Amino acid sequence: MIVERQQNASVYFLRGRFVSFRKATLLLLLSILCLPVWGLIEVDRLSSPALSERYQYLVAEYRCPKCQNQNLAESDSPISIDLRTEIRRLLEEGASDAQISDYLVARYGEFVLYRPRVQSSTYLLWLAPAVLLVLGLLIVVFIVRRQKRGVSATQTSLSEDEKVALQALLGAAENFQDKTANRQDKTANPSEAKS
Amino acid sequence: MDRVKLFIPLIIFVVLAAMLYWGLGRDPNAMPSALINRPVPTFQLPELGQLKDADDTTLVVTGQTELLDETLFLGQVSLLNVWATWCISCRVEHPYLVDIAETGVRIIGLNYKDEVEAAQQWLAKYGDPYAQTISDPTGGLGLDLGVFGAPETYLIDHLGVIHYKHVGVVDDRVWRTTLQPKYQQLRNALPEAEK
Repeated sequence: MIVERQQNASVYFLRGRFVSFRKATLLLLLSILCLPVWGLIEVDRLSSPALSERYQYLVAEYRCPKCQNQNLAESDSPISIDLRTEIRRLLEEGASDAQISDYLVARYGEFVLYRPRVQSSTYLLWLAPAVLLVLGLLIVVFIVRRQKRGVSATQTSLSEDEKVALQALLGAAENFQDKTANRQDKTANPSEAKS
Repeated sequence: MDRVKLFIPLIIFVVLAAMLYWGLGRDPNAMPSALINRPVPTFQLPELGQLKDADDTTLVVTGQTELLDETLFLGQVSLLNVWATWCISCRVEHPYLVDIAETGVRIIGLNYKDEVEAAQQWLAKYGDPYAQTISDPTGGLGLDLGVFGAPETYLIDHLGVIHYKHVGVVDDRVWRTTLQPKYQQLRNALPEAEK
């Protein structure tokens, strides 16, 4: 319908005013941009708006068996066209959404469902996100708790012996730094003497 | 314990890498038929018929008189090959089908969404490997079988039950490694009287 209206508009436009060939060509090319709208033409073949609405919903729900990842509405492969025709036929015959789903699954398998059924073979698929989320939360809680405990533990945990050992190490490190600093001075001096 | 923890990222990496590597080798188009271990859907369709050389000078279209139905598959193990003249891969596998038909394998053709005359000409030109060819110009039986593109080949036992579906060209490798062993298995399971 939209396309028709658009075509009428372009005809009116063409009749009403002088339009150059170039403009007309441009208009034609622009109308190609509206290609996705042509999909809607099929809707008009259904007898009632309610059926059209369900049809629009259903063709987006099923996956084209031939394509990698396109639903029936998006795909222009012959099999998708056939399945859309079939869904329209079933809708007109008064089939329920569940019946249409069964019809397609009986022929093309669970593959066509974008929303897999909840059953023993798909429990993993359905439950994995929730399980992973809970697992992730548990890990975060665990890490945060341990860090808190760790911080409070370091404040009291150094024994006297350890403090002595720490001071000894720090002293040794300071000595080491002094020595390397001296050595650097020595290596730097000769060049100064030369100049 | 802390040492073991160090290996956790490595373990996760190895598991992920193994899964992804396994996924690389899988065919994303592979789709098991929903009709495995189910009987061939009921149908009533005409036999394709043949071009016959009537008076040695002109080819005359004959046939399309006999109606075929699912009882066609009873009593013998058969392959059901879905083909069409518009299908390029079908042309590729055709000579091989002629070869295996010559070895005594019963192949039933399903001419899928095709023009009757073009199909008859094709068989007259390239040879006819089919014991009988079902003509399905509207693709109704194809839809019930879950066909989503030609060529497809089904393995059907003597009771008319589908055992396997191969999507794509049947060539020497496919025949020897997958189809023939299954075919032979079904043949061996036949009751003595029907062999």
